[in-house]
Amino acid sequence: MDPWYVTLIKALVLCLVLLGGFAYMTVIERKLLGRFQHRYGPNRVGPFGLLQPIADAIKSIFKEDITVSAADKFVFLLAPFISIVFALTAFGAIPAGPAGSLFGFNPWIMDLDIGLLFVFAATSIGVYGIFLGGWASNSKYALLGSLRASAQMISYELGLGLSALTVIMIAGSLNFRQIVEMGVWSLNPLLWIPLIIAFCTYVISSIAEINRTPFDMPEAEQEIVAGYLTEYSSIKWALFQMAEYVNSFTAAAVISTLFLGGYKGPVFLERWIPGISTWPFIWLILKMAIFIFLFIWLRATLPRLRYDQLMRFGWIYLFEIALGGAILTGFLIAFVI
Amino acid sequence: MYQAIFYMFLAAGFIGVAALAVGAILGPKKATETKLAAYESGVPASGTARERFPVHFYLVAMLFIIFDIETAFFYPLAVNFKAAPAFLFVNAIIFILVLAVGYLYILKKGVLNWK
Repeated sequence: MDPWYVTLIKALVLCLVLLGGFAYMTVIERKLLGRFQHRYGPNRVGPFGLLQPIADAIKSIFKEDITVSAADKFVFLLAPFISIVFALTAFGAIPAGPAGSLFGFNPWIMDLDIGLLFVFAATSIGVYGIFLGGWASNSKYALLGSLRASAQMISYELGLGLSALTVIMIAGSLNFRQIVEMGVWSLNPLLWIPLIIAFCTYVISSIAEINRTPFDMPEAEQEIVAGYLTEYSSIKWALFQMAEYVNSFTAAAVISTLFLGGYKGPVFLERWIPGISTWPFIWLILKMAIFIFLFIWLRATLPRLRYDQLMRFGWIYLFEIALGGAILTGFLIAFVI
Repeated sequence: MYQAIFYMFLAAGFIGVAALAVGAILGPKKATETKLAAYESGVPASGTARERFPVHFYLVAMLFIIFDIETAFFYPLAVNFKAAPAFLFVNAIIFILVLAVGYLYILKKGVLNWK
């Protein structure tokens, strides 16, 4: 157990790291999208365009902050705040290494027995940020965008919750560290079937949950301009973007932790460098990078779904497959193994 | 162990307040009437956005509550699943069947049919 000031310092450092990660994810995303489309991407600001996010940050701070005259002023200000606070908080529940591996301190901020539930709760409250933002703008595009976004996000939460059930049933815990230490794949090869189903449905619902292509209906600019962001400018707009990217970090980290062994590294490397599989941060970040790259790759590859297709897919196919996977897990544990 | 949540909120809230304050202090403030109007593709806005919207969104929200509570009920069951797997499995199946009736009903009623 760390003293309280250590926890507070770690929390502040984590927030700053996530903001830095957000800044550099934007530049990596733009560079990769450029490469996918046979162009260079940003390369003017600094070496290889690496100072681009700093230029963007300074620009968004010095832009005029416009609050629409018809808007609900207080809620308009509150919405980006809710989004960013709960996005950052959700990430704090994810452990980044074994106990005491960070120079004697624990490489996590919150070690909760209800870790997974806490992440779900915090990301769900993020929906309020989006909905209140669109509603408070008192603009038709913003309202439509926020309605779509919130309906989509709550619909895909079902798939998310049900696919996580498989892992919870196998691990018998909601605590991320216990799930990682247990190693859900190591129990019985028969359980790989529901795990693979759950992995697929979980990744798909995560992508829908963080509003990324092909599920980025909230920002379908041909139909509803910029969705709930339409009336937002300067730093408030940047906070919404930040929350969205931090949510994609959280999604990547939760997928890695639930399905890919989280902070644990491959043991065979111990032959050359003893202790490498217990180093903090590096393995979680590497695993997250795979999914971040996947998110960007999908954005470069797939067109957007139609809204009715999206809702039907979430409520009928994804819901039924995820529930079926959970039932299969229960059946295998109860009667076969 | 749970007071860590408070510190995390404190740090995240600090970042949020700091960002909003910096933006409010450093940005220029030259408001004009047109600039403060709601965006409606360049033409003057007609009415406010406080209007009726499709009932589908309400229905999705209500269904979400039902089925998300179903999912939430499964969590304690899943955590303790290995204590009595066969008994809990049969219980869960009965619970799912009850909800499946409702699910089939909304499917047949076309609640999830967006045009």
